[in-house]
This record gives sequence, C-alpha cells and structure tokens, in this order.
Amino acid sequence: MVAMGAFALTTLTQCFTKKKDEGKRLYEQHCQSCHMEDGSGLKGLIPPLAQADYLQAHRNDLPCIIRHGMDGSIVVNGVEYNKAMPGVESMRQDQVTNLLNYIQTNFGNNNPRYTMPEVEQLLETCPVQL
Amino acid sequence: MSKINNISLRNGLAAAALTLAATAFSGCDSTTTQNTLPIYGEREPVERTVNGETVVDTVYHQIPDFAFVNQDSQRVTQEAVAGKIYVTDFFFTSCPTICPKMKTQMLRVYEAYKDNPNVVLLSHSIDPAHDTVAVLKDYADRLGIETEKWHLLTGNKDSIYSIAENYLAAAREDEGAEGGFSHSGDFYLIDQQRRIRGHYNGTEEEDVDRLIQDIPLLLNEKKDEKK
Repeated sequence: MVAMGAFALTTLTQCFTKKKDEGKRLYEQHCQSCHMEDGSGLKGLIPPLAQADYLQAHRNDLPCIIRHGMDGSIVVNGVEYNKAMPGVESMRQDQVTNLLNYIQTNFGNNNPRYTMPEVEQLLETCPVQL
Repeated sequence: MSKINNISLRNGLAAAALTLAATAFSGCDSTTTQNTLPIYGEREPVERTVNGETVVDTVYHQIPDFAFVNQDSQRVTQEAVAGKIYVTDFFFTSCPTICPKMKTQMLRVYEAYKDNPNVVLLSHSIDPAHDTVAVLKDYADRLGIETEKWHLLTGNKDSIYSIAENYLAAAREDEGAEGGFSHSGDFYLIDQQRRIRGHYNGTEEEDVDRLIQDIPLLLNEKKDEKK
C-alpha cells in the first residue's frame, strides 16, 4: 500500500517535472552513442535518424524496434545498412512514446507525434521474438 | 579617456617589447615547450662512453615490433609506419557503447590528413575472434576508407592485448561490460621513433581537435631533425 502510494506520487511528480525532457534523456542514455548527438549516425554503418525516410515509412514498426531491437539489412535514405541494433526490453510504453516523440520532432524531423494508446497498441502486435 | 588609452598603449608597447625579447631568447633553445609534445611512458638513463667521457642518454618507451593483418588481408608490421607518424586506437566492430563515437572522431582525423602520406591510422580490434578480415573489410567499406591510410587490424588476441599495454591502453575482456569487452576510448599519437607523444579522448570532439592540431608539431619535428 505504501509502495503503491509512493509509486503514484513518483509518477505524478514526474508528470510535472522531468517528463518533458524524458525523451531526450532516454535518447542520450540508449541511442546517442551510436546514432550520435545530432542523429547523424555513422557513415554506412549506423543509419541516421536526422531526416530519415525510415521514420515515416516504418512509423508503425518503431515502438517494437525500440523495445526488441532489430537485425538484418535495411535501407535508409537510399543507403543500405546491416548492423544489429539492441532493444531495450525494460522500456515502458510511456517511455517508448516519449523517446519516439523526441526522435520524430528533433534533428530536423517534423513528423507526427505518437499518443500513448497508439504506442500501446503497436507494442501489442510486435512480431514474436525467436 | 585619451589619457587612459595612452597609458594602456604604452603598457602594451612595453609588453610587446618584453614578449619580443623573450621570444628572441627562447628562439636559441630548440626545445621550446610550446612547440614540442611530451614523450610518454617509462624512461631510463643509459650510460655510454664517448671519447673516454661518460655520456648519459635517455632511452624512452618505444612501441615494439608488431605483425597484424588488415582489412585487405595484408600483413601490417612496423614497416607500415616506418618514418611516419601514426594515430592508433582499440575498438571492436560490434561495440555498442563508445566505438561509433570514436570512429566518427577518427574519421575527422582521417579527413584532415587524407592527403598526407606521412600520417597513418591503425585501429586494432580487441575482439579478433569475431572481427575477421571479412568483417573488417565490410566495416571499412561502410566507413568509406582507404586501406593504406587507415588500417583496421586483427590478429593473434594475445599480441593485440600485449601491444595495447605498450600503448598504455586499457583493453580487456570483460563479461560485465556491454559487448563483452572494456577498453579505453583514447587515441594515441606515435612519432617516427614509435614513441607515445600524445593521448586524447577519442569520444570528445574538443580533444580530437587538439590531436588534429598536434600532428603538424610532430611532422615539423621530423623536418627539424633532418636539417
């Protein structure tokens, strides 16, 4: 009971304080070392997020990719990439939402934001992990 | 107002004169600290006799001979860097943490000295079991780099870890670390005598700026010695 109260309080506090920057914070923590501070990626090795067509073309796949990672060849802005990306299985759906909204609206990107229910629904349909 | 300006002008002139004098004096000394890079590592004095007099030489830490294989399956030894200066680091292609940043920064060094045949880059894989020649070749192609300028090296694991120690680089297998290896993100600047002349944080843009600026100091040193 006390724990639940504490949890509720923490969640509430977060809503009023750090929530706004959570996407940026998560990006720095989980994505930046490969995709770089400016979302530019690394030559033909790591795809850019900045003005990447992939973010629009695969918008509905992104929540699952964040959580479970991806493998195999993809094409971003006409360049082929083939390097495994680790997922962050522990990331909650609200965090996935904040992170994706940060990516979709920074680095020169001006794509539509996600809502929480949308991300929740998309996460339910993730391909089965082998 | 004009009086103040006058005084500061006079002070300025005096300062300029002093600076000029200082420059003139230090000009006689070929080892001005400002324009030379330190020599890192252990050093030991070695005595030798010249014309009956004892002379003490300082022997500096030197990178030993080595033999690795690059992304084109070519054998790369100390001959590849003979008479050249080089920048070196340790990484692995599947590294999920600092390596992409390091490679972004190493690319800046590559671009800056691409056309200078006296500067070479050597990146050692600390995961040679995974980073085979084929893997390194793919990595190099995707970076778009020329082999003769930037060698990605693989080889005997013990030899790589042993040479890492010689560069004073921390590299080891570490199950607790992300990707299974822990290593420093430093770049090392090595002179024509294979002595360590600088180390830089390869994940910090400002520190890599310093490296790019230090390289000409070493290149000029070579010219001075030839005179």
